[in-house]
Amino acid sequence: MSTASGPVLAADGTPLKRSLARALRVQKIRALLLIAPLLLFVLVSFVAPIADMLFRSVENQIVAETLPRTTKALRSWDPEAQELPDEAVFEAAYYDIFIAAERKQHTRLGSRLNYEQTGMSSLFRKSGRGLDDIGEVYQDQFKDLDRNWDEPEPWVELMGAPSWVAALQDWEKGQPLPPFALRDGVADLLPLTAREYALFARFTQQEDGKSPLKEEPWTAVHTALYTDLAAADLSGYDGPRAEMLRAADAAVDAPGFETVRFRDGFAEIDEDWLSPDVWRTIQIYSPAYTSGYFLNAVDMQKTPEGVGLRDERERIYGLLFKRTMFMSLMITFSCILLAYPVAYLLANLPMRSANLLMILVLLPFWTSLLVRTSAWKVMLQQQGVINDTLVWLGLVDDAARLVMINNQLGTIIAMTHILLPFMILPMYSVMSTIPPSYVRAAKSLGASNWTAFWRVYFPQSVPGIGAGSILVFILAIGYYITPEIVGGTTGTFISNRIAYHISSSLNWGLAAALGTILLGVVLVLYWAYDRIVGIDNVKLGG
Amino acid sequence: MAEQGTDSAFVAFERVQKSYDGETLVVKDLNLSMPKGEFLTMLGPSGSGKTTCLMMLAGFETATHGEIRLDGVSINNIPPHKRGIGMVFQNYALFPHMTVAENLSFPLEVRKIGKSDREAKVKRALDMVQMGAFGGRRPAQLSGGQQQRIALARALVFEPELVLMDEPLGALDKQLREHMQFEITRLAHELGITVVYVTHDQTEALTMSDRVAVFNDGRIQQLDPPDVLYEKPANSFVAQFIGENNTLEGVVTRIEGETCVVRLDDGEELDATPVNVTTVGERTRVSIRPERVEFNRDRLKPGAHTLKAEVLEFIYMGDIFRTRLKVAGNEDFVIKTRNAPDQVRLEPGTEIEIGWLPQDCRALDAS
Ligand SMILES: Nc1ncnc2c1ncn2[C@@H]1O[C@H](COP(=O)(O)OP(=O)(O)OP(=O)(O)O)[C@@H](O)[C@H]1O
Ligand SMILES: [Mg+2]
Repeated sequence: MSTASGPVLAADGTPLKRSLARALRVQKIRALLLIAPLLLFVLVSFVAPIADMLFRSVENQIVAETLPRTTKALRSWDPEAQELPDEAVFEAAYYDIFIAAERKQHTRLGSRLNYEQTGMSSLFRKSGRGLDDIGEVYQDQFKDLDRNWDEPEPWVELMGAPSWVAALQDWEKGQPLPPFALRDGVADLLPLTAREYALFARFTQQEDGKSPLKEEPWTAVHTALYTDLAAADLSGYDGPRAEMLRAADAAVDAPGFETVRFRDGFAEIDEDWLSPDVWRTIQIYSPAYTSGYFLNAVDMQKTPEGVGLRDERERIYGLLFKRTMFMSLMITFSCILLAYPVAYLLANLPMRSANLLMILVLLPFWTSLLVRTSAWKVMLQQQGVINDTLVWLGLVDDAARLVMINNQLGTIIAMTHILLPFMILPMYSVMSTIPPSYVRAAKSLGASNWTAFWRVYFPQSVPGIGAGSILVFILAIGYYITPEIVGGTTGTFISNRIAYHISSSLNWGLAAALGTILLGVVLVLYWAYDRIVGIDNVKLGG
Repeated sequence: MAEQGTDSAFVAFERVQKSYDGETLVVKDLNLSMPKGEFLTMLGPSGSGKTTCLMMLAGFETATHGEIRLDGVSINNIPPHKRGIGMVFQNYALFPHMTVAENLSFPLEVRKIGKSDREAKVKRALDMVQMGAFGGRRPAQLSGGQQQRIALARALVFEPELVLMDEPLGALDKQLREHMQFEITRLAHELGITVVYVTHDQTEALTMSDRVAVFNDGRIQQLDPPDVLYEKPANSFVAQFIGENNTLEGVVTRIEGETCVVRLDDGEELDATPVNVTTVGERTRVSIRPERVEFNRDRLKPGAHTLKAEVLEFIYMGDIFRTRLKVAGNEDFVIKTRNAPDQVRLEPGTEIEIGWLPQDCRALDAS
């Protein structure tokens, strides 16, 4: 047999490697199919939310989407100079906020920007209502000139393509509305008006489901008409409603036609629009992705000069992160101290007593978390069981009862109790695998009880401590209910802040950034643990 | 059984009893004394109290009653780590988080021996078990036999005078086991240490020990050197437990000094040595080793009693022949003959007569 030449062949003559790969592939596919439901579940319920959170923490499309023209116009503005942006920016902001108000998106943008600068929310809310005042100036004058300017049909004829107009006239309720199309040439003649009318027509048809033949146009369309007419030359125009348009053009050009500067219009709504800070904020947060949430989460902010620390008064997250870390470490540490002897007893007591003890360890799992936490409130409060006992024993003066709740101490006590089983169980499962013969061997070799424990038993129980500590620390760092109930103001965690942003302030971006940082911290700690102790040193049993 | 004066003994158990639950005695009235340098094996069926005795000696269990003395001093109240007794555990109990060298230097460290001294002793102990090259390894990286040797070295490194071993070879295969049996006895004799060795395995007990203590039911049934144990079992338990053995039951009809006559239940008579029968009419169980049965009439004393036997089966085993007979109703009567050139091969179905020297046939208790 010449096995040395060429690749080894299988019985059917194909190279052995290939037939092996084929055989294995079938197995792999089968295995994959078997775990597919679980994989899908994990992806949907675990990976996807985390990915979404990571994305939300940098996502900032709302500013550019709601104020597309304003952010574009602001690009050339120099925020360093103590000057307001020019009229073009105000004009762009007028049209942007107008349509945003029609779509009821201006309040959302207001709340988004309010995270960066307080007062933005009310500013946008007011402006949504107030912008009509600017347009009404023009609307009224055009209406006085010719009643038709306030009627829907002339506008339809003027702006729409004839085919659309015809289709619209035949339209009956219940049928789909014909899609809007601009009349040829009108966009060159009256560019702004065409744009605004198109926005109006599409919005009316699609969002409201109504016919533009029945709805009078927005005041923004009148404003645009004024701007166009002031610049346009209508001499060659012979399309529909030429008479009406020429008359309007003449009126606009005539002295005595009342105009409003956009800037003054905005100032009329709220003086704040004249503060460069407002425009600066809009400019800084106009990119689609922002590091703003993350900066905010570490007590920093963007300024025109770059990134800087926030005001002393506004810095809270650094403190909260540090406190969360410190308290989680304290909780982990006290859990180790309390759990070690219990786990040792569990592993070394005779079966019957060990089982009883195990039930006592597991008992807390059968009571609601809320009940356990509230029980600590009862125990620890100033008129509570512990203080009463101490006073009764005379150890503490009635006037100087200990404060053990609504502070860090309360949180540490309650959480140590609640997380204790998570420390005991891994420790126990590791300890129960240590045969008693090791300690016996150590003693027979001359080690005292303490030496035998410290040099032989303890090192072998370290993997249990490691596993328990990781479990408790990671649970503690993200704990929410217990600090909320017993933590008061000084004993709350970063997670309480995250919950606040999720459910009360609705600043999900910031909540996501805080969550992402927390995740990062845990991963870094995990990595550090792996480097120092080694992750294969962690055992949950066996 | 306390044949020696306990004053000169190195290890002595005196009237020791042990109960774990306060209801049953696991060890009943144990008396044992060992001179210095002896290799004593405790042999017995499972649950007979061997480990318990060893643990009482090591200090991990306390005797319920009685006294244990080491070198003349009562050690009942001395904690295990102050007894200075080396111990080899059944599962070796090498510390998994320490290297082999660290394992060996552990007993020296706790005795506060200086570093250079320690290293020299560890090296010597490792060389002694031919494991000098393995000092840096973890126990998990060693084979079973290697772990066993390290465990032995660790028990010896601090030079104890007494070493206890609880079934130390239980987990090894036959070949390695035989090798280690040899190593252990060699070391024990070289170092002059006293060893108490526990095993299930009678060959191990017979080949290694100076004396063997056969345990049953919490008592020492017999404590004797291996040859005495094999050839002169003191009761039927020992006879059954050690080696292969044929038994026949009957009644003592005559006792004349060193010999007696036993009538079997089917009426035949045979000669035996009375061991624990004292009166005529007593029921007895006689025991004969298979290799001491003779079927060649010429080799028997004239006038000796013989029994009729029918050959049931002949098994060729290489060095010996094993023949199964039916004797006095017992179908499991076995004889062994050496495979010599002139040896007869008995055909199944033939009728023969068998007999033996009276001193090879022992009349024991009937229970
Ligand atoms: N810790 C204990 N608690 C209660 N009973 C025990 C304990 N250890 C041993 N026993 C009982 O004591 C008796 C003797 O046990 P021991 O371990 O001494 O037997 P052994 O001769 O070593 O058996 P083996 O050959 O199986 O190891 C047994 O019946 C056993 O059930
Ligand atoms: Mg045992």
